Amino acid sequence: MVDLSVKIGELNLQNPVLTASGTFGYGEEFSDFIDLNKLGGFIVKGTTLEPRQGNAYPRMVETPSGMLNAVGLQNKGVDYFIDTIYPRIKNYRTNIIVNVSGASIDDYIAVAEKLMPLPNIPAIEVNISCPNVKQGGMAFGTSPEGAAEVTRRLREVYKKTLIVKLSPNVTDISSIAKAVENVGADAISLVNTFMGMAIDVERRRPYLSTITGGLSGPAIRPIAVRMVWQAAHSVRIPVIGLGGIMNGRDALEFLMAGAKAIQIGTANFIDPAVTIKVVNELEDYCQRHGISDIKEIIGII
Amino acid sequence: MSQKNISNFIIKESISLTDKYQLMILECTEEAKAFQDIKPGQFVQIRVDNSHHTFLRRPISINDVDIENRTLTLLIRKAGDGTKAICSLSQGDTLNLIWPLGNGFSVDITPASRIILMGGGVGVAPLLYLGKILRMYGLKPEFLLGAQSSDDLLLLEKFKEIGTVHISTDDGSLGEKGLVTRHSVLSTHIDKIYCCGPLPMMKGVAALCKSNNIDCEVSLENVMACGVGACLCCVEPTVKGNRCVCTEGPVFNINELLW
Ligand SMILES: Cc1cc2nc3c(=O)[nH]c(=O)nc-3n(C[C@H](O)[C@H](O)[C@H](O)COP(=O)(O)OP(=O)(O)OC[C@H]3O[C@@H](n4cnc5c(N)ncnc54)[C@H](O)[C@@H]3O)c2cc1C
Ligand SMILES: Cc1cc2nc3c(=O)[nH]c(=O)nc-3n(C[C@H](O)[C@H](O)[C@H](O)COP(=O)(O)O)c2cc1C
Ligand code: FES
Repeated sequence: MVDLSVKIGELNLQNPVLTASGTFGYGEEFSDFIDLNKLGGFIVKGTTLEPRQGNAYPRMVETPSGMLNAVGLQNKGVDYFIDTIYPRIKNYRTNIIVNVSGASIDDYIAVAEKLMPLPNIPAIEVNISCPNVKQGGMAFGTSPEGAAEVTRRLREVYKKTLIVKLSPNVTDISSIAKAVENVGADAISLVNTFMGMAIDVERRRPYLSTITGGLSGPAIRPIAVRMVWQAAHSVRIPVIGLGGIMNGRDALEFLMAGAKAIQIGTANFIDPAVTIKVVNELEDYCQRHGISDIKEIIGII
Repeated sequence: MSQKNISNFIIKESISLTDKYQLMILECTEEAKAFQDIKPGQFVQIRVDNSHHTFLRRPISINDVDIENRTLTLLIRKAGDGTKAICSLSQGDTLNLIWPLGNGFSVDITPASRIILMGGGVGVAPLLYLGKILRMYGLKPEFLLGAQSSDDLLLLEKFKEIGTVHISTDDGSLGEKGLVTRHSVLSTHIDKIYCCGPLPMMKGVAALCKSNNIDCEVSLENVMACGVGACLCCVEPTVKGNRCVCTEGPVFNINELLW
């Protein structure tokens, strides 16, 4: 028996495999393909205070070994989540984490306060890549001050496990990681998508309605591994690594770089059963290498 | 909603209809009950293993179903790298499919209705199984097929086995000459139109149906990533806001759309 369990804040994960927000719906979309109870946990869609229609179609274009998306946080709002979706998913026996987005700090706080009483939501993941509408649309997560401000205010009201998801569209990820650690984040997750752009040269126009979008998939993996490694060497709180993980080998790269847990995003689109395969592949790897506890290899680089 | 599966299929037959179109018959290698649950208008997501330029799966409509022999037939247009790679596989090769996906056409229709199944280009694909099912329910579906020229009309013989076929071609090489949306059969009495084809054609039919009070369903082909309702990349604006084409579609009643 290999011990795959890890701890993130107050959360006990039976294995380090989580799903990335926005790529796994509310979990139930995948219940035909996998047993959700076998995951370390799953992170649901980005949730905002008010319902959002998201951006205009087209919102997605495939790119080499990846894709650009501009979904724009389409969701029915936190109240709908609490009234309609939560009752449907709350009985899964794994950690359900809600990804929280906002256009202002007050928005984030309002969503967090509404989610806190739900007994089966032990943690939130805060997406600080959102544009700060009140401050000229610059993402909260692109400066240490902005990232720290959202985190500090959320820490004051949110008493459960607080995970802050960092934007990779920054020059110095370490300073941002330290900034959110200093004001009380329990963990950080990275990376969110990289800002990118693709042009349809035949039609002479961008593929996406928003011109730019977020790049995900294996195309970003080496950059993500580097950033996770840098972040893990800058903070003492747990780091959750993601970006282009397609299989167990890829997940191991992040674990060795210092991530205590990992998330799988875009890979779910190609193989809806990939998460369980990664769990099995991690176990196989440990057996093959005589490792009895996955924690032995976390952060060895 | 039907149970979704991820299964390997073996290519039993791959037939070049023209240099642009391939008909592929796939046999499921795994025990799966899903065949009798497949609704006409549903689709599959094919994993493309043999193209370096293709990352995501490709959505393709179910053209025909053989429940007994556990086969699916697909009609594929070689649009780009992904579909070309799929079409280049041969008999005996394996394809990985997520299936069946989407809502499918609604087939609860009053018996005496006059029904037209209208298709353009590769959009004729889902109409074959739809026609078969409607026939099974005792209805008399008629087809209205449009193409650039007679060479581009696909599966004509198969459609003729199911019902009357009306044709229009842009160059007049077969049937009426001109746009399929101007075909004379559309000025006769019709209760319901099912349509799948290029967007301008579907929008043309939708406008015609709205002004003549004809019930009409169209099948959309928005680009997709996941195909299972998880990513929200495929949305179409509707009277109820943005909705997923992969789960709440691909078939929509035109009254739901903002066309
Ligand atoms: C629900 C659904 C059912 C479909 N059924 C069929 C079918 O039965 N037979 C069939 O041949 N095709 C069908 N399509 C279209 C098919 O999925 C695309 O042609 C295919 O994804 C193109 O992939 P590619 O790699 O070959 O081309 P790419 O290199 O990705 O694209 C080549 C060209 O095709 C266009 N294209 C890409 N995706 C689509 C799309 N979804 N719809 C229309 N054009 C597109 C691109 O803009 C580009 O100009 C269906 C699409 C959907 C969403
Ligand atoms: C379609 C799509 C939607 C996403 N939506 C969100 C979101 O709502 N909130 C968020 O924090 N990240 C979102 N992401 C980013 C992913 O959670 C993840 O950080 C990113 O895709 C990198 O991981 P991957 O390469 O494994 O997909 C989204 C990504 C995709 C592809
Ligand atoms: S393609 Fe992902 S939701 Fe439709």
